[in-house]
Amino acid sequence: MSGNSGKTMHIKLQVWRQKNAQEKGAFVTYDVSDVSPDMSFLEMLDVLNERLIHKGEAPIAFDHDCREGICGMCGLMINGVAHGPMAATTTCQLHMRSFKDGDELIIEPWRARAFPVLRDLVVDRAAFDRIIQAGGYVSVRTGTARDANETRIAKQDADAAFDAAACIGCGACVAACPNGSASLFTAAKISHLGHLPQGQPERMRRARNMIAQHDKEGFGACSNHRECEAVCPKQISIANIAMMNRDVIRATTIAEDDKQTSGGGM
Amino acid sequence: MQGPSTPSSTSAAAAASSPLLKSNAPTGPIEQRWDKHRFDMKLVNPANKRKYKVIMVGSGLAGGAGAATLGELGYNVECFCYQDSPRRAHSIAAQGGINAAKNYQNDGDSIYRLFYDTVKGGDFRARESNVYRLAQISVNIIDQCVAQGVPFAREYGGLLDNRSFGGAQVSRTFYARGQTGQQLLLGAYQALERQVEAGTVKMHTRSEMLDLIVIDGRARGIVTRDMVTGKIETHIGDAVVLGTGGYGNVFYLSTNAKGCNVMASWRAHRRGALFANPCYTQIHPTCIPVSGDYQSKLTLMSESLRNDGRVWVPKSKADVGKTPSQIAEADRDYYLERKYPSFGNLVPRDIASRSAKEVCDEGRGVGPGGLGVYLDFGDAIKRLGKDKIAERYGNLFEMYQRITDDNPYETPMRIYPAIHYTMGGLWVDYNLQSTIPGLFVIGEANFSDHGANRLGASALMQGLADGYFIIPYTLGNYLAQTKLDKVDGSHAEAQKAESEVRERIQKLLNAPNPSKTPDAFHRELGKLCWDKCGMARTKEGLEEAVRRIPQLREEFWNSVKVVGTGDELNQSLEMAGRVADFLEFGELMCRDALHREESCGGHFRLEYQTPEGEAARDDEKFQYVGAWEWKGVGVTPILHKEVLDFEYVHPSQRSYK
Repeated sequence: MSGNSGKTMHIKLQVWRQKNAQEKGAFVTYDVSDVSPDMSFLEMLDVLNERLIHKGEAPIAFDHDCREGICGMCGLMINGVAHGPMAATTTCQLHMRSFKDGDELIIEPWRARAFPVLRDLVVDRAAFDRIIQAGGYVSVRTGTARDANETRIAKQDADAAFDAAACIGCGACVAACPNGSASLFTAAKISHLGHLPQGQPERMRRARNMIAQHDKEGFGACSNHRECEAVCPKQISIANIAMMNRDVIRATTIAEDDKQTSGGGM
Repeated sequence: MQGPSTPSSTSAAAAASSPLLKSNAPTGPIEQRWDKHRFDMKLVNPANKRKYKVIMVGSGLAGGAGAATLGELGYNVECFCYQDSPRRAHSIAAQGGINAAKNYQNDGDSIYRLFYDTVKGGDFRARESNVYRLAQISVNIIDQCVAQGVPFAREYGGLLDNRSFGGAQVSRTFYARGQTGQQLLLGAYQALERQVEAGTVKMHTRSEMLDLIVIDGRARGIVTRDMVTGKIETHIGDAVVLGTGGYGNVFYLSTNAKGCNVMASWRAHRRGALFANPCYTQIHPTCIPVSGDYQSKLTLMSESLRNDGRVWVPKSKADVGKTPSQIAEADRDYYLERKYPSFGNLVPRDIASRSAKEVCDEGRGVGPGGLGVYLDFGDAIKRLGKDKIAERYGNLFEMYQRITDDNPYETPMRIYPAIHYTMGGLWVDYNLQSTIPGLFVIGEANFSDHGANRLGASALMQGLADGYFIIPYTLGNYLAQTKLDKVDGSHAEAQKAESEVRERIQKLLNAPNPSKTPDAFHRELGKLCWDKCGMARTKEGLEEAVRRIPQLREEFWNSVKVVGTGDELNQSLEMAGRVADFLEFGELMCRDALHREESCGGHFRLEYQTPEGEAARDDEKFQYVGAWEWKGVGVTPILHKEVLDFEYVHPSQRSYK
């Protein structure tokens, strides 16, 4: 592969170690030799963990699952950048060829008030589920839908909805934001459903309730730093936040209670 | 509609099925069976539903959709997943699409055709009644998902777009770019979270099921471990549903997520649920080849790539070291087009995979280790332009480049088959109930609809059919006619299961001679299974695997090294528990492959092939579902047979020439 076979690198890591949510954590330094440039970042950590187990030390806990950039489970702060240096890439899809022999890397968990550390690099992102519970859905009973082609949806609307729906809920946006805001995550769902006719009946209610839950969880407000957009592995645009803000303003000022006003198209 | 004809009574079919394996499939005209069955089933009074507690294990397309729908109906549902959120379930990784017999393209599709294709594609090893129901329900799934806001691809006129997929002669596949599984799962996840908010579903994330509780012969609960605190918990209910996915990770390297495992199914098997057809595993032809021994998983590239990519290797072994551009057109062997002129690069998955193995075995494979073939878009780019190709496959090309550092617009991709899906699973009847009353199994975890080989874009269809449209009915039918004693966690069986779980964890933490990591054992088991029970299997190889796996298992319990305790977040302990079960399951898989002396679908025995080298089924002897009964560790399991009748689709040799 790309002429890397055979070459290996030596990497120095400073990893955040924290036994559990209660105890204080600290950085621990590890030297990792024989790193292949074709390894993924998480495979490099796997190799280190195997070595730690052999030494009788606790392996570094980190979240991961699909390892193909779609489940949203993984996420590390690498040298201060959520998911590391490569744009539009989750940590699991980052490869060691993005680094040089001798590099020193600082690895931290997502840091945000609403994402408490559970152990080492593992954080609790249940707040995201609770934001979805507050209204991130279309209320439709199973088995009662009419024929799927009865409602035509313009391709550009379907595409815009998809662009927002591509969010994987990894939390990089929160970790990158100086305010610890989950605006991009919340807006992506509001915008996904708001672009589709199916989402209109609950649109105002959805925006109001989801943002209320967002605030209740302890996420901060958006102040247009755009750090979230820069690190988002799925390149979700902050234009979605503008749409969310418009819906929230309409919902809180114009639409009273649950009076169902459709927000009109973007 | 074609009428039924005389069942193809072979000697196997003439033999009776095991009394343990009553399919409970309705009779009569196949297109009326599900309607009739739905009417015949008992209903639970709406006011009583909340009094029933249903335990749902797994939150993917099947489990998530099932939990959401059961909650919506008013049942009291508790749903468990090992990830931090139900939105992470591995269904999310499905790229290509979902089949439905909508015939929106007016190209001759119908429910009957989807049924026919699925039975034939499964190499005549699936139950006709189930498959017909699946095809019927497929159309409702699309309606449901669109109503939820799933952003399927659309045409400029605003109607849903379709594509042809995985060898189908009609365009019946609905898709959402290369992320169909993600969008369908998020639809189910949102429906699930809506029920969590409504208070009908309680979600237990970061929880792993470690055992099944069976009381008076019925599934009544599970034992779980809280993966953050290590707390062992007992949950008692009125029925248990497993939507826990497949066992592909027994091969270590697969396209499954790292956490996918067989534990829930295997624990249920050990408690009495028969395991059906474990040897039917699907190998996906278009994955990114292995790059080194640190490799942790394999990445699938959607098979839709075969719509425009041409598969080839050099004609001569002498050329394998050259770059693709150095190999002249005349020196390339487009082997699928050559061998299968009418289907070409779109032959079904098992045939495409086996053909790749054959050319690599001949020494004509490309890339490191000679384990790869080219998938070339050069002609398609010339014909359609780079923009069109980027529109169709842009995200896949980017993913490929990110992993391999090669640019597929300029040089052909290299691909190799990898384990992707498992057709085998816990045996279930028409109601999706296992051989333990009260234990239901849905989605990839059951064996039911795909026979010996699954067609592309049919996994999402089956998961959602089971979850949204079948289990809500059949579970109600069970509860309505079953009188259950009131029990709680203090019941002796629950206590026994819980203490066994605790003992097992202590055993994993305290091996006598701890020296080898769980991952190292897993790799070793995986390589053995891939070599002996992978794309091509032989009697000798399988016998060797059946001999060696128990040795490896013994070594595991003697020398597995797990650091830390059971009372904390301990990923190495989680892994060890899963590997321990794979070490038992792997043996069963190889035994099943050994006993099935024929080639069918994903199970290819080198001894049983036609003179042209195609799979040779033996319907006389093997037209049955092989379901295994657990008898203990290291004890030969007992085989039970459910004989398959084909009233509508007559068994014939699959031909894609």
